[in-house]
Amino acid sequence: MKLKSKHLLGLEGMSRKEINLILDTAETFKEILSRPIRVVPTLRGVTVVNLFYEPSTRTRISFELAEKRLSAEVVNFSAAISSSRKGETLKDTVRNIEAMKTDMVVVRHQASGVPYFLTQCLDSSIINAGDGAHEHPTQGLLDLFTIREKYKNVKGLKVVIVGDIKYSRVARSDMWGLSIMGADVSLCGPSTLLPVEIDKMGVKVYSDLNKALVGADVVIVLRIQLERQKGGLLPSLREYTNKFGITKDRLKRLNENFTIMHPGPINRGVEITPEVADGPHSVILDQVTNGVAIRMAVLYLLSGGEGKVE
Amino acid sequence: MNNSEKLKIPSPAGEEKKKSGSYFDLAIIGGRVIDPETKMDRMADIFIRDGVIIKVEKTKDKIKARKTIDAKGKIVVPGLIDMHTHLREPGREDEETIYTGSCAAVAGGFTSICCMPNTQPPIDNQETVKFVYQKAKDAKCKIYCVGCITKGQKGEELTEIYDLVRAGVVAISDDGLSIANSQVLRNALEYSRMFDLPVISHCEDLNLSACGVMHEGFVSTTLGMCGIPSIAEETIVARDIKLAEFTKARIHIAHVSTEGSVDLIRQAKKRGIKVTCEATPHHFTLTDQIIRTFDTNAKVNPPLRTKRDVEAIKRELSDGTIDCIATDHAPHSIEEKEVEFDAAPFGMVGLETALGLVVTELINKKVLSWAQAIAKMTVNPARILNLKAGRIKKNFPADITIIDPKASWIADPTKFQSKSKNSPFGGRKLRGKVCCTIVDGKVVYEG
Repeated sequence: MKLKSKHLLGLEGMSRKEINLILDTAETFKEILSRPIRVVPTLRGVTVVNLFYEPSTRTRISFELAEKRLSAEVVNFSAAISSSRKGETLKDTVRNIEAMKTDMVVVRHQASGVPYFLTQCLDSSIINAGDGAHEHPTQGLLDLFTIREKYKNVKGLKVVIVGDIKYSRVARSDMWGLSIMGADVSLCGPSTLLPVEIDKMGVKVYSDLNKALVGADVVIVLRIQLERQKGGLLPSLREYTNKFGITKDRLKRLNENFTIMHPGPINRGVEITPEVADGPHSVILDQVTNGVAIRMAVLYLLSGGEGKVE
Repeated sequence: MNNSEKLKIPSPAGEEKKKSGSYFDLAIIGGRVIDPETKMDRMADIFIRDGVIIKVEKTKDKIKARKTIDAKGKIVVPGLIDMHTHLREPGREDEETIYTGSCAAVAGGFTSICCMPNTQPPIDNQETVKFVYQKAKDAKCKIYCVGCITKGQKGEELTEIYDLVRAGVVAISDDGLSIANSQVLRNALEYSRMFDLPVISHCEDLNLSACGVMHEGFVSTTLGMCGIPSIAEETIVARDIKLAEFTKARIHIAHVSTEGSVDLIRQAKKRGIKVTCEATPHHFTLTDQIIRTFDTNAKVNPPLRTKRDVEAIKRELSDGTIDCIATDHAPHSIEEKEVEFDAAPFGMVGLETALGLVVTELINKKVLSWAQAIAKMTVNPARILNLKAGRIKKNFPADITIIDPKASWIADPTKFQSKSKNSPFGGRKLRGKVCCTIVDGKVVYEG
């Protein structure tokens, strides 16, 4: 089996089969990553450009490692040193890069829709590494992978996503991915940070954390940014912590075999206490490990690979 | 693409001119003539001399005119008036000039257009008005100038409105920017009342619309884009109506886009407040769903709203709450639009697709009759702006548009007369085509 598109722009509209294909492929790569020699020649001769218009540590390193472990040739580009500072348009920049013969572009940008825009001006395969508050599909996939790894099946699990839903691309990709895989998804956050009509995505919406957590299996905690306070959406981070912070005490409402996830970077003591972040139910670092395997799987499948890795 | 016949324009009847003392410069014969003001809608012939309509009647006599247009099977209407056009001159002549805008206008059946004052520099003084009218002498249609309400469109100090009136502005507006200070707008309304000058208001609470790039709703939520909520428009519509009621002045609400706005205006009209409004073809045709493909040509302000809003706009066009159809023709260069959605400027061109959309979306879908639709593009804006235009009537200027109602065509922005091509309607099949546009008795466009 192959993926339908040569791009990965988002999880919205993907089929359960396609997602399972990516997750299954990632399992193989995860096994490879546990070997003493973690490099395979799968993408030898393929040139991948990492186009990061927004600061990123985790995602950029994860993609770069995934590419290198597949033996791809890697070029990194970040906006701070780019010609975008000299007034060149995005279209010109990417077409110039492609003119140097590249095959795949991994893009992170602060504006929603940029990965789609690139599919309109380039022939390369485009992988969305996060666009605005739209989608972050590889994060959504690695979250699914991590959940599936622990529970064997995503279907029927109750998953609560807590925090700044409005500005979170992770929340959107998680919502689509989890819904497609049959999980029961709830959202919880301050009413100013819940985007309008979000319930139409087929999720339950709460502003009372204690209610949202009852009987949940998985809690995905989102980073809360200081900018929200400046934008007037939150009176203070202190108040956010009091009402929405994930503390040990609040975990009593969860199912026994619960899991705590966070896409990072963490604001310790703000959205989550260190005790919970580092506790026995936290899989935050597993998410990071799985991220490399997921990105290897995506790169492999989008470059034309089929289900079985040679 | 044009399925119908080309207009037959016989050569000048020179012999008749010699024989008879009384002849006409132009006769338009055999068409269905619609004059919304007099509710005329029947077969008639129109006779024109010296740029003026001399008579409108069905005649069996031999036509004595230097030029005759056979309008059989066509609809003959007063030349269309667009009360909301951006012409970009002075300042952005790379996007549109007064001349190219007028070419687009006549190709779209418009014989009069009103240029909004958000040029660079803005039209906020007599000299700039004179500059526009000087340039307008070479234009293919009539250009009317709208002046700024405040100096530099800053929303602070009133412009010299009497000066602007003497220079010939037909209305004032800070279009594109809403006047945030209610006291400034109150003063503008009270002051302009002296001249019976309409104040055109772009209603937008800039704090509520903030970083928004599209309608705030399910689609913006899905796409993770910053939204412009309906209330950004509606709160200011409500305020402006109150100010108009209080000052007893005339206010015209530009490009209404939401159900809430048209509800407010309907109620205000019922109470006898002097408020009028317009809607654009894109706001009665498209919804925010089109943004799913991140087409920056569909990025407009006010944004494309929901299906419910589109239905409300259509309903209130039909009920008469919405007086006019105006294009908000807003040219932008390709390089400005071929960028990230967030970075693209707001606006789309509309002069050359307006009539086709009116016919396809409103007339053919039985939302409006021909007479109702044409009224909103002719006599209604003429009344609001006190223009001697928009009628097919003796002694009125011979500004006339001839339409083939059945012709179907595909909108192709690359073929637009406008300098800019930023239209989301490319490839759309439209009905109703302009065959001929006549300004002051002269044929300025033949399609």
